[in-house]
Amino acid sequence: MIRFRDVSKWYGSFQVLDGCNLEVNKGEVVVVCGPSGSGKSTLIKCANGLEPFQKGELTVDGISVGARATNLPKLRARVGMVFQHFELFPHMSIRDNLALAQVKVLGRGRDEAVAKGRKLLERVGLAAQADKFPGQLSGGQQQRVAIARALAMDPICMLFDEPTSALDPEMINEVLEVMVELAREGMTMMCVTHEMGFAQKVAHRVVFMDQGRIVEDAPKAEFFGTPRSERAQLFLSKILHHV
Amino acid sequence: MNYHWNWGVFLSRTPSGESTYLGWLLQGLWWTVALSLAAWALALLLGTIFGVLRTVPGRWLPGLGAAYVELFRNVPLLVQLFSWYFVMPELLPRAWGDAIKQLDPMLQQFLAAWVCLGTFTAARVAEQVRAGIGSLPRGQRAASLALGLTLPQAYRHVLLPMSFRIIVPPLTSEFLNVFKNSAVASTIGLIELSRQSQQLVDYTAQPYEAFIAVTVLYLLVNVVVMAGMRWVESRARVPGYIGSK
Repeated sequence: MIRFRDVSKWYGSFQVLDGCNLEVNKGEVVVVCGPSGSGKSTLIKCANGLEPFQKGELTVDGISVGARATNLPKLRARVGMVFQHFELFPHMSIRDNLALAQVKVLGRGRDEAVAKGRKLLERVGLAAQADKFPGQLSGGQQQRVAIARALAMDPICMLFDEPTSALDPEMINEVLEVMVELAREGMTMMCVTHEMGFAQKVAHRVVFMDQGRIVEDAPKAEFFGTPRSERAQLFLSKILHHV
Repeated sequence: MNYHWNWGVFLSRTPSGESTYLGWLLQGLWWTVALSLAAWALALLLGTIFGVLRTVPGRWLPGLGAAYVELFRNVPLLVQLFSWYFVMPELLPRAWGDAIKQLDPMLQQFLAAWVCLGTFTAARVAEQVRAGIGSLPRGQRAASLALGLTLPQAYRHVLLPMSFRIIVPPLTSEFLNVFKNSAVASTIGLIELSRQSQQLVDYTAQPYEAFIAVTVLYLLVNVVVMAGMRWVESRARVPGYIGSK
């Protein structure tokens, strides 16, 4: 579904991605972790063309993301993305946040879009909040709305860029629950996260990045059992310390 | 002081007899308001376009936006006005220049002042639009694009609606400035409010009354503008966001 082939990216002379190879197959949940500055957010933003890359090849559903001829808006409409800081549109009600792209991008009628939005709000447990504005919701609620907004586009896969990193601890679980449910339904997911509990629960594979390189790409059991690289072992020992 | 106050002067007939001096003032007020509103509309339009250009990816379009802003805010308003009024008709193709010179003189003055004030104010509006867009979290653009919106759609539905809400207070100042700056049009002969006041002084020799009246009229106009913009601000308030309850 998503395939990185030797993808490299530079900011000026600084290399942020160094020959990354990664494949996320249909129905697979891949968790990407690593220390900050390791390039994981940049990697996931390349997947829908939000960040350009200079070398290598990247395809989503067989369509080349880096090619000039690719209609990026059309491709992005089929790839859902959830951001660290939610990025709901503050001047629109929750209902309109969910309807906007359905109407403007997919060409759905407003009633249809609102109905679809309502269904997805119910699914994330926020049907009662449709009339409110993002600024009136808690962080956890906003992130659930953001997931619903992405799902409203009927995406073929979902990208999560540290979806729980900006949340208060007591709100992390309500977002993870929605993500776990999504994973169990068979959604193809690429998640940048430090939530190893989530990875242990639903990930098929875990990818560990350091200094722009994919250091380890292993099935979940193997990764948590015996990570091969020293760097990944050190990282795990640090973040699993308190678990 | 031996000044002879005479507030009744406004009701006396002008020499030509077809109006009172108050009538002159109100006529001047009409031109000031018409010129300022027209210039403001032009400034909002051009200012939004060039402000947006400064924030789009790439090199050429932001450069174009920057060039516009620097040109129009670094040349004195008075010089710009004279350029539009005296020089521009000569630079245009001859037929156009001639057509302009055949227009009613008042209309010529109005057009020059309108374009001048509009383009000058647009440079200032552009800077505010740019600042408004720049003040939004970078993720807003990313989130819009990630949903499949095109860049123009992202500006139209997400970035600009929020930016304009943020910049209402500085835009209010700019709107007020348009009315005050419109007084430069008197230098090319447009008989707007401040020009009428000078005329009043020449004809009646009652300068204090004339200037006090003009001051009050400018104040009144701007009080109305401020009230209007405050209304806009309260209507555009985003629940749970800046400046709301």
